[in-house]
Amino acid sequence: MSWEELSIRTEGLTRVFRPKRREARGQRREIVALDRVNLAVERGELFGVLGPNGAGKTTLIKILATLLAPTSGRAWVAGVDVSENPWEVRRHINMVSGGESSGYGLLTVEENLWMFSQFYGMQSGEAKRRIKELLEVVGLADRARTKIYHLSTGMRQKMNFARGFLTDPEILFLDEPTLGLDVQTARTLRAYIRDWMDRHPDRTILLTTHYMYEADELCDRVAIIDRGKVLACDTPAALKRTLQREAIFRLRVAALADPKALFQGVTGVHRFTHAARDGCVELDVVLGDENAILAVLGGIQRAGGQLLSLEKREPTLEDVFVRLVGRGLGSGEGAGA
Amino acid sequence: MAVQKRAQETLRSLRVAAWLGWQIESNWTDPFLFAIYSIAKPIAGTLILVFMYVVVARGGLGNPLFPYIFVGNAFYIYVGAVLMGVSWAVIDDREHYGMLKYMYTAPLNIYAYLLGRGVAKTAIATIAVAITLLFGVAVLGVRIPPGEVDWAMLVAAIALGLSAIAFLGILLAGVTLITARHNYYIGEGVAGALYLLCGAVFPLDVLPRGLAAVGRALPLTYWLEALRRALLGGGGSQAIGALSNGALLGILAGSTATLAVLSVLFYRWAERLAHRKGLLDMQTMY
Ligand SMILES: Nc1ncnc2c1ncn2[C@@H]1O[C@H](COP(=O)(O)OP(=O)(O)O)[C@@H](O)[C@H]1O
Ligand SMILES: [Mg+2]
Repeated sequence: MSWEELSIRTEGLTRVFRPKRREARGQRREIVALDRVNLAVERGELFGVLGPNGAGKTTLIKILATLLAPTSGRAWVAGVDVSENPWEVRRHINMVSGGESSGYGLLTVEENLWMFSQFYGMQSGEAKRRIKELLEVVGLADRARTKIYHLSTGMRQKMNFARGFLTDPEILFLDEPTLGLDVQTARTLRAYIRDWMDRHPDRTILLTTHYMYEADELCDRVAIIDRGKVLACDTPAALKRTLQREAIFRLRVAALADPKALFQGVTGVHRFTHAARDGCVELDVVLGDENAILAVLGGIQRAGGQLLSLEKREPTLEDVFVRLVGRGLGSGEGAGA
Repeated sequence: MAVQKRAQETLRSLRVAAWLGWQIESNWTDPFLFAIYSIAKPIAGTLILVFMYVVVARGGLGNPLFPYIFVGNAFYIYVGAVLMGVSWAVIDDREHYGMLKYMYTAPLNIYAYLLGRGVAKTAIATIAVAITLLFGVAVLGVRIPPGEVDWAMLVAAIALGLSAIAFLGILLAGVTLITARHNYYIGEGVAGALYLLCGAVFPLDVLPRGLAAVGRALPLTYWLEALRRALLGGGGSQAIGALSNGALLGILAGSTATLAVLSVLFYRWAERLAHRKGLLDMQTMY
């Protein structure tokens, strides 16, 4: 594959945040938000960046969208160096940030979107037709003439989502587009993203998320990122295949005092995570060999726990993440064994 | 090709930004309040000054200094309005609406965008200036006979002066971009600081020598002098009174061009700094 086929490429991309002088007195720690990241995203890919809060996802998107300079390393978007020629990059991209409520409050939904279509040089009639269509998709059709300071955060986020697709960008950055939205809306937006990619095979999307399900369902390839480092990058299926030799069980256990100490001295347990749910403990246990489940059950019995359910399940991207990082995507809880 | 594309982007940045600025300016539920705020307020400011001149300083309306002060103050309405209009956009977009980052990822010409955002305020200020002048002629007896006005000079002076103020606005926008809070009124603040220096109220001759020198370096000084000559047939400042009209406009054009270059260079530097420090999408929490 030649460089021209790449929509996005980064080479040793690094971003360090230095604490501001006032804060620095307490601690002088630098934050390495991105640590020598190398990525190559082909044209036509829906590429996911999966990682927990603070992993560096937004920092990556800001650099690629020309909002932030890298500390070192380089990045090319549509074949153009983002530091050398940001103006050219901006002709090829659009960006949507989830979880925020930006917009000109005193303009209507329609006006906000129309204004952006004009900044991108769209023909006005065509823009109005697409705005109507997109508002239909995100379920804001009946709010088209509402000034957006009357809208909830979620509605503004939907408008913002529509703004991203409105200009029909060659390369679209979606930073946690479904963050904080209700399940039904999130599902609708995901379906639209997939559908848009299917209808526009020459477009590229880079999407960040901390929902493993979103990355798994949506993306052609996924980079797993934590503390600024890319730990793995492949198709979801291939990532999960790395766990093929292991067996994963989900157990629900009641009356368990100390889940952390549960499997001390139990052989065959590679890793496990635990979370409190509905008054009991939910354990995800990864075993080198399926037969080790007997030893696990013995351990629970010795700890005085009461087994409520036991289920063998297929590996998920979350399991991949846990294997790579040693903790879960969500809370940061969990332990290796 | 590339030049043509750039020109198209510049034009539409200007046009759409002007539209947005107008939407924001005119977004008053009550048109009466809108008129009061944007037109009556600056006029009242000028009239207060006139009042102080007449009553406190015991100056007569027949004193030749009066038309000098009156014309200077009427046009000075532009300074605060244009400066605010242009430089306010950065704060407004970034802090208030959270939109600056989307402007900065769009194919905009940012200078055209900022200037466009100032167009609405400039248009409103034009009405205020015109009403103030009419009031001066009709009520206060300032003599501006249309037949004696040097219209060509007036138009040239207004065009150059507004350009100078607009580029000063770009410079302030750059300052705003790299400083976080407490900059909401930088436009009015700078307008106030320059008020005494550029001969709006007193001729430069009465200023201490150091300040007078600063005044002579400001395009605004030549702008006000040119406006007075165009409207009243003569200026009032000995310091620059010896200049011919051509020389005066030449200096105004030259200093405006210099200011434009310096402002754009400064803004570019500020932009690069903001890009490095991640300030383009910074939101100061209040
Ligand atoms: N402007 C900033 N100043 C200091 N630290 C920052 C700044 N922006 C991000 N960081 C830090 O960089 C790391 C990565 O942040 P971010 O890219 O926002 O992560 P994510 O989007 O994956 O949640 C975090 O530790 C965050 O606190
Ligand atoms: Mg983020």
